[in-house]
Amino acid sequence: MKAMMVGFVGIVVIGVAAYFVLEQAGFSSADVFSSPSVRLD
Amino acid sequence: MRALLCLFAFCFALALPATAQEAEPTAPAAPDRSVTGGAQTLEDILRRQQGLEVDPRGEALIGDDTAAGMAQQLGTLGGASDSEVWRALRYGYDGVEVSAGGPVARVLMQDGGMAWYEFRSGPLATYGGWLLLGTIGALLLFYLLRGRIMVDGEKTGRTVTRFQAFERFSHWLLAGSFILLGFTGLFVKYGRDYIAPYLGKEFNATLLEASKYIHNNVSWAFMIALVFVFFLWVWHNIPNRHDITWFAQAGGIVGSKHPPAKKFNAGQKIIFWSVIILGGSISASGLSLLFPYELPMFAKTFVILNDIGVPGWLGMAPFPIEMSPQEEMQFAQAWHAIVSFVLMAIIIAHIYIGSVGMEGAYDAMGSGEVDEAWAEQHHSLWLEELREKEKAAPKDATPAE
Repeated sequence: MKAMMVGFVGIVVIGVAAYFVLEQAGFSSADVFSSPSVRLD
Repeated sequence: MRALLCLFAFCFALALPATAQEAEPTAPAAPDRSVTGGAQTLEDILRRQQGLEVDPRGEALIGDDTAAGMAQQLGTLGGASDSEVWRALRYGYDGVEVSAGGPVARVLMQDGGMAWYEFRSGPLATYGGWLLLGTIGALLLFYLLRGRIMVDGEKTGRTVTRFQAFERFSHWLLAGSFILLGFTGLFVKYGRDYIAPYLGKEFNATLLEASKYIHNNVSWAFMIALVFVFFLWVWHNIPNRHDITWFAQAGGIVGSKHPPAKKFNAGQKIIFWSVIILGGSISASGLSLLFPYELPMFAKTFVILNDIGVPGWLGMAPFPIEMSPQEEMQFAQAWHAIVSFVLMAIIIAHIYIGSVGMEGAYDAMGSGEVDEAWAEQHHSLWLEELREKEKAAPKDATPAE
């Protein structure tokens, strides 16, 4: 049961980390598809 | 003579209303089309949308001498064909150049989008939905007919460790993320049709936005867990001769026999390889969707499949190997959904047999400890191996500090 709970917590941790890492790395759609003449935020 | 005059007057009086009636339906006045040069107007378009009759005089004038002259801003192409321009745009030999946006922005027209849209809202939604409902229905029927598969005889009260903590952690990382991905994917697919009409568009929009964030970010947990699970269990899932016995006895699910099995029986091996292969394929198409236009993989895959001759085996024309970036995304999305539906159906069956379908099965992934009687009946060869290892281990051995 403990392993299950740790697994579920792991999903949240990995998900949140993925969100911030990709956001910081400039992988959001707004960053990828914007240019000096196109602003998407 | 007077009588004749009276009769004439009477007949004239009778005829009057009839004449009035005939004169009443006058021809409707021609709509004012001066703004459009005689072509159809906004009123015509609105009438057509409402299914009402449209005055044909407006349409008849389209393209006649009311059209703008060749030298004017909106003039026709004269001898050149409009259709050739549209065809060039449609099939990508138009020579369109863009200053930003790359190959994606070059595409002005992409008719594959319509086929994708129709597939997604038609066969995919219908057959995908019925596949899941059919699986649930079949399992319900099976439960009613077969009932729960119980441990034969008394439990021993002694347990053996079936899965270590890291194995269970990896399983639940994979399982939890897959369930989240499955539900959020289904919300995105069916929300507009089945959630918005009942719970409102606002609720549906909020749910779908949350689903999008969850789906995109939880996918990483699924992919990491898939790698863990592969390396943890691949060795135990290589087919062996005991699998034939397992199939011959229908896995003991039908009847009362308990076919011998090592750590995983043939049924579990099917689940394992389904998860690895289909889950891997879902991950690949998912990555393609996560990074739009960066990881196109279908044209390359189709080249290989065409070279092998796969379309010929299926009696199909060769798969398209030249496609726009948008079509790559459409294929990725369609494949992602198709394979996901199949894997969801398999996993529903796995959840059933691992919970209500079989006594003691949940303990293997819950606490990791299973009763020896359960292990003897479902994984007898594995239990034998475990006992031999215990015997082989020196009794005075002490764990390393």
